[in-house]
Amino acid sequence: MTLLLAELSQTEVWVTNSFFLAIALVSIFAALKMVTTDNVVHAALYLLVVLASVAAVYIILGAEFAAATQVLVYIGAILVLLLFGVMLTRARIGSESDLDHDQKWIGAMVAVIMAAVMGYSLWEGFEDAKLPDDRIVQGVEPVADTIFSTYIVPFEAISVLLLAALIGAVVVARRD
Amino acid sequence: MWLNQFLFFAAILFCIGVYGVLTRKNGVLVLMSIELILNAVNINLVAFGAYNQDIGGQVFALFIIAVAAAEVGVGLAIVLLIYRNRRSIDVAEADLLQG
Repeated sequence: MTLLLAELSQTEVWVTNSFFLAIALVSIFAALKMVTTDNVVHAALYLLVVLASVAAVYIILGAEFAAATQVLVYIGAILVLLLFGVMLTRARIGSESDLDHDQKWIGAMVAVIMAAVMGYSLWEGFEDAKLPDDRIVQGVEPVADTIFSTYIVPFEAISVLLLAALIGAVVVARRD
Repeated sequence: MWLNQFLFFAAILFCIGVYGVLTRKNGVLVLMSIELILNAVNINLVAFGAYNQDIGGQVFALFIIAVAAAEVGVGLAIVLLIYRNRRSIDVAEADLLQG
């Protein structure tokens, strides 16, 4: 079964684009707050906003399974794990003054230069390439078919990697 | 919808993540910024998958999510170990390799 995104009308494209713009602005604002806030728990909560917006962008792109996995794995597991890390490494909840290096401008310069280079090359490479209007929603079924046929070897490798990471994390963090 | 609107969004998130990795001293915050970078790459993969009508983009995004889960598990274990040994997770203080 293949779901076709019906030929989008002009207003529908406009609505989708406004949604994307709103999501992108919220997400970039939250990301900026995440790297500048002086409260570790707030940083984790801003990261939640970014991860949820990325899941919404996946849905706009028609990648439903990736969006569901993003919510389950990132928001459900990784964020909780990071909050556990915050809890185990310091008891203090509240703002701290000592989270950043002194020479922030070097980091800012690197980030701005990278943004400029990437922006220029993306604009050179894909100027006004458009996503196909009649694109297929890439649902769960085609993803499963592809993973378990074309990408079966990487899939097994990922399973072994996860097992190794699990054992490794237990061995490293264990008190002996 | 243009392809570039997604790519620019991902590039901005990526650069913010790089800024976080470079300026933060707290080990947990560095790990959070790395998650931001991995997410930006995932947006690129899914966008190109939609552009080329190829499911492979989404599949590789799923693989990267799995690798990120492994990475954050091991990374947090290392940060906890540093905290237990030095009572601090300041990554600037972990400079034993500096002669």
